Amino acid sequence: MVDGMTPAPRDGVINEHRFAIPGLDITPLPPAFRVSLRAGPDDVGALSQALDVGLPVAPKSSAIGKSGRQALWLGPDEWLIIDAEADPMIDLEKAKAVHSAVDISHRNVALAISGRRARATLEAGCPQDLAERAFPVAACSRTVLGKIEVVLLREGPERFRLECWRSFADYAWTFLSEAALAARP
Amino acid sequence: MSGAMRIAGKGRLVPARRVGFTFDGQAMQALCGDTLASALLANGVHLTGRSFKYHRPRGILSAGPEEPNALLDVSRGGNTHTPNVRAPVQEVFDGLVARSQNRWPSLTFDLGAINNFLSPLFPAGFYYKTFMWPKAAWTRFYEPVIRAAAGLGVAPKEPDPDRYANRYIHCDVLVIGAGLAGLLAAQAAAEAGADVILCDEQPAVGGALWHEIDTRIDGEEGFEWAQATAQALSGRDNVRVLTRTTAFSYQAQNMVALVERVSEHVAAPARDQPRERLWQVRAKQVIVATGAIERPMVFSGNDRPGVLLASAARTYLNHFGVAVGANVGVYTANDSAYAAAFDLADAGINILAIIDFRDEVNEGLRELAAQRGIDVLCGHCVTGTAGSLRISGMRARPRSGGPERKWKIDALITSSGWTPSVHLYSQSRGKVVWDAATQRFLPGPPVQDMVTIGACNGTDEAAALADEAMAAGKAAARLARAAHDGASSDTPSQSRPDLTVQTSRAGALLGAGSREVLKGGKAFVDFQNDVTAKDIELAVREGMRSIEHIKRFTTTGMATDQGKTSNLHGLAIAAEMLDRPIPEVGLTTFRHPYTPVSFGALVNHGRGPLFDPTRRTAMHLAHEQQGAEFEDVGQWKRPWYYPQAGEDMAAAVNRECRTVREVAGLFDASTLGKIEVVGPDAAKFLDLVYTNGWDKLSPGRCKYGIMLREDGFIFDDGVVGRIANDRFHVTTTTGGAPRVLHHMEDYLQTEYPDLRVWLTSTTDQWAVIAVQGPKARDIIAPFVEGIDISAEAMPHMSVREGQVCGVAARLFRVSFTGETGFEVNVPADYGKSVWDMLWTRARALGACCYGTETMHVLRAEKGYIIVGQDTDGTVTPGDAGLGWAVAKKKTDFVGIRGLKRPDLVADGRKQLVGLHSRDGRTVLEEGAQIVADPHQSVPMTMIGHVTSAYWSENCGGPIALALVENGRQRIGETLYVPMAEEVLAVEVTETVFFDRAGERING
Repeated sequence: MVDGMTPAPRDGVINEHRFAIPGLDITPLPPAFRVSLRAGPDDVGALSQALDVGLPVAPKSSAIGKSGRQALWLGPDEWLIIDAEADPMIDLEKAKAVHSAVDISHRNVALAISGRRARATLEAGCPQDLAERAFPVAACSRTVLGKIEVVLLREGPERFRLECWRSFADYAWTFLSEAALAARP
Repeated sequence: MSGAMRIAGKGRLVPARRVGFTFDGQAMQALCGDTLASALLANGVHLTGRSFKYHRPRGILSAGPEEPNALLDVSRGGNTHTPNVRAPVQEVFDGLVARSQNRWPSLTFDLGAINNFLSPLFPAGFYYKTFMWPKAAWTRFYEPVIRAAAGLGVAPKEPDPDRYANRYIHCDVLVIGAGLAGLLAAQAAAEAGADVILCDEQPAVGGALWHEIDTRIDGEEGFEWAQATAQALSGRDNVRVLTRTTAFSYQAQNMVALVERVSEHVAAPARDQPRERLWQVRAKQVIVATGAIERPMVFSGNDRPGVLLASAARTYLNHFGVAVGANVGVYTANDSAYAAAFDLADAGINILAIIDFRDEVNEGLRELAAQRGIDVLCGHCVTGTAGSLRISGMRARPRSGGPERKWKIDALITSSGWTPSVHLYSQSRGKVVWDAATQRFLPGPPVQDMVTIGACNGTDEAAALADEAMAAGKAAARLARAAHDGASSDTPSQSRPDLTVQTSRAGALLGAGSREVLKGGKAFVDFQNDVTAKDIELAVREGMRSIEHIKRFTTTGMATDQGKTSNLHGLAIAAEMLDRPIPEVGLTTFRHPYTPVSFGALVNHGRGPLFDPTRRTAMHLAHEQQGAEFEDVGQWKRPWYYPQAGEDMAAAVNRECRTVREVAGLFDASTLGKIEVVGPDAAKFLDLVYTNGWDKLSPGRCKYGIMLREDGFIFDDGVVGRIANDRFHVTTTTGGAPRVLHHMEDYLQTEYPDLRVWLTSTTDQWAVIAVQGPKARDIIAPFVEGIDISAEAMPHMSVREGQVCGVAARLFRVSFTGETGFEVNVPADYGKSVWDMLWTRARALGACCYGTETMHVLRAEKGYIIVGQDTDGTVTPGDAGLGWAVAKKKTDFVGIRGLKRPDLVADGRKQLVGLHSRDGRTVLEEGAQIVADPHQSVPMTMIGHVTSAYWSENCGGPIALALVENGRQRIGETLYVPMAEEVLAVEVTETVFFDRAGERING
């Protein structure tokens, strides 16, 4: 690059959006490193070690490492790794175990949905059972919201993290803010 | 006054809480809590509409959702309105505007009523017989007339301004119906710890307790007990009570759809309040407690306004405090009509006689009637009624024959018994069973995890009903908990409430009872579709034997009420005519929905911007700033062309096409599908899903690949770059992205599960900026770090990783224009700023931005195909001139056997060729057919069609691609494209129109 030229700055797709009504806040979350990790059952241990977070093997569960790195079970051979600080790709490059790691930091956009109407708002478009008994804190799932695919992680009794593809973020936002108005707990 | 027929001291509404509404323009008063039906009756109005076929005056028949007659058009006074609203379901609010339907010029004087006198011309099945000939009359006469006459009400034309909501919810136990049985079941399930949803279609719980004021539960009046019980249930954490909520569809795996009328009863709904909410409930156990619906009697003149169900008259009196008449007759074959008669008599209404079809009646009822001075005529039948816009008299005589007696009446209440509401059970795929003793169909064994209880299950006696309900609630809770805890615990038994019930529902009559009864005139079976007892007899005489045929011939039970009050009468009449038992004639299946549901509720959030996701690329804003016109490609918005001041589309596209070839252009290619294929067996896998070989491709190089379906036809194409030995960057067409991933995943999981390779969609990860044209390298050069982009170091079809504009990038040297080209892939959040930086320099060098239209023209100039435009699912690589991309040495890939099918290797296949318009100026029409001999008479032999056609500024004339039989052998021949105005002569050419030597791409 020509000397003195400033590198291209980063934009988001919905980072300026805000939505708050009594009982509900929807907030875009800051960028994060994300990796789609695929591997067979024999390599889970080695990859857990490389990532410094135990890859969960129970369906619809998630784990969080000491550094705050999160691993979400999405399927029998699939995890979504989220890290706000450090790039998991770097750690995975060192791993000898057979796997596929693909950087999807920019593919996904995340929203936090919180408040006493959070569950009802999500249930306007998500057919999964989101009762705490069936979907407790730290539960996660790749599911749908209206007409798009999303990954849902319960971060608290009344707080969810929703991840969707970048180009669907607008739909997710519009859907949630529309559904929120009619949602009753 | 809230109506002359309101009786002081009767009913549960508060007299001081008045609301105003209008009916056919006339202002009326109602009480808060009234339905439209009760409010009209309070004002002495029975006549609410004209019937569908004969335009007969019709009034309110029922007090519930089964109403066949009183369908009104309702609005809030604005532009929008809702047709066919059932008056007993719609609650009145201040400012409601109701209009009658199917009448002209007015409800009381309706010209359509002439149909009633012409009725001999319109027997059942007249459609099938009358509109047969002449054939030409169909389009000009029959169809317009039938269309105008068909249906009730007028559909609104304006967009629906209301908001609708959806809610998915899971529960342990869903209880449908909140009458005595449903409440007790819900209570038992809740106390056993289950998560319970209790729904009821009425504004308040209670079911039959709305009218049965003689039921006492634990010392309380039944309705009061029901409200208190529901309130206590609502207060629990594990119970949700939904009133005004109809369970209308029982689907597989205990998925039950409910529609909640959220603001239909509210005068001024809050701005954000939905009109309706759809609840999609997935229940571990379902308890159906939907009760029973009373049937009217079938007799001549039984459809006059003022003829009501006995239980409806009781509801209007006991709940709404409204008398249905001052002088009331009763015609029954069931005990419950007596209770109605007694309640009316006790409220001071004159009961002239109880005509009981049965030969004998319970002595106790006789006595109670005698105490009130009411005549009871057993073994009698009503032979006719008088009156036109309202009933004014009835005639009856002994069934065995004898003199007729006449009464002057202003209302007639009837009951022929109660039909268990087995609709939802039937929807759940259960098969009903005929119970000969009580003359009714009852639910058979459950097919899903459900149970039916109470009146809908034929349980009549109160104590038995309570025991059944409580046991069902407890059992459902136990089963549901076992499903999620793997264990069940016993809960203390609930004690049955202390119940006294006086109303008996003994006695039933199906059909008219006797054909003698029907001589006096029209005896209606299905009020909504105007089907009479004689129509059903006619159907049988015409040879119909199964109820399925009779139903379709007569249309009985086929109206929007699905024959809730009529099906069994129709069936019984047919069975009697056929001299066969009822179950042998059969009962039709109940369809979803139980009652009509608005499209708004079904569509709910999925309208406007939420109808379908709109996907925008990371550079969308830049395109808007540059004035792009956009094109929808699948869900994507793509820049179509970038008009400058004064340019129309053609001028803009011509300028863009010229500029790209003379200087360069920037193009947003982000929407191309991208799939990262990673794993030690990645190359092996690509070898199997693409026609060409991938093993020898070295990292840093790219290849164009074709993907086939098993049948050998082209499925998708795209450029694949090898990033590392075990990592490929696959691109697909924009529209093909999801299906290509599915196709690959499908083969990976089912055919090649042993391969160690994984697929990840990265379409949204990368923003892709194509820089194409002679100055492409000049444009990007200052921004690229860590990559030698010289022609020698980075030839056409290569890929490098490095930095562009200070951002980690994958830089492809590829071209879909035939020019020197790069595709800059940067993480999406940098797309806009990288585009802006590249554009600043590109503009300074004289380049342009170009859109999809220019992209199409430029690629056609080079003969590059677009899958789905130049192919249609019947084109092989050979047909498309891409035989070179099929590896000859490979022993297996998807489609290899398909390609060897005789048809696919035969001569005479359609092949992709170019077409040159002989006149040098006419752009062909895409899709136009091609013939060899323009003089042949129609139908001509079509030998191909135009797949792509554009004006090519760079070639100075029109260009086209076409699929033509034996096309490649015809190069140089003249063919013809017959159009509406003229026949165009075209010369068959090679597919490449520009830079045939292909030198520019390597610049």
